[in-house]
Amino acid sequence: MLIFSVFKTLTDQQVTVELKNDLSITGVLKSVDQFLNIRLDSIKVLDEARHPHMMAVKNCFIRGSVVRYVQLPSEHVDTQLLEDATRRESLAAVKR
Amino acid sequence: MDPSSSIQEPFDLIRLSLSERVFVKLRGDRELTGILHAYDGHMNLIMSDVEETIMIVDVVDGAPAGQPATVNVAKRKMDMLFVRGDGVILVSPPSRT
Repeated sequence: MLIFSVFKTLTDQQVTVELKNDLSITGVLKSVDQFLNIRLDSIKVLDEARHPHMMAVKNCFIRGSVVRYVQLPSEHVDTQLLEDATRRESLAAVKR
Repeated sequence: MDPSSSIQEPFDLIRLSLSERVFVKLRGDRELTGILHAYDGHMNLIMSDVEETIMIVDVVDGAPAGQPATVNVAKRKMDMLFVRGDGVILVSPPSRT
């Protein structure tokens, strides 16, 4: 739930999603759900020469399970807040 | 028992590594080092100042058995990274030297 909240705060920011098939897509994060499925607008594939079939695609929905990494804009991530929230969530998990 | 300071379960080891530099081994011959800022029960991670190392092993065709395969190492750096938990093999706290 914590990571879902992080992604929600990053909507309308530019992110780079790297998939498990090595395809990297940069775009504006439009929405995210609890499975970390991601909707991107104004997308650009990093290595277009290797993925010419993606050139016409302007926006996409990415199934959460095929994501390897998401590169986030560090200036929009409060690391101290993240660490505190993670500690809080881990304590709640122990009590359960 | 004070759950906030002692180690009761495996995840506590990761919790004590928050805001420290950690080593992460991933599927697909990938390794990361970076500062851990967040994790969850799936081992989804958020790290900053990340260096990724990708091991690319070239097995030479027809080479005699036992000849070491050449290993090419690719490195790259990323500022702030979310890592999906299903690719994580291990998270190791910083070496205390």
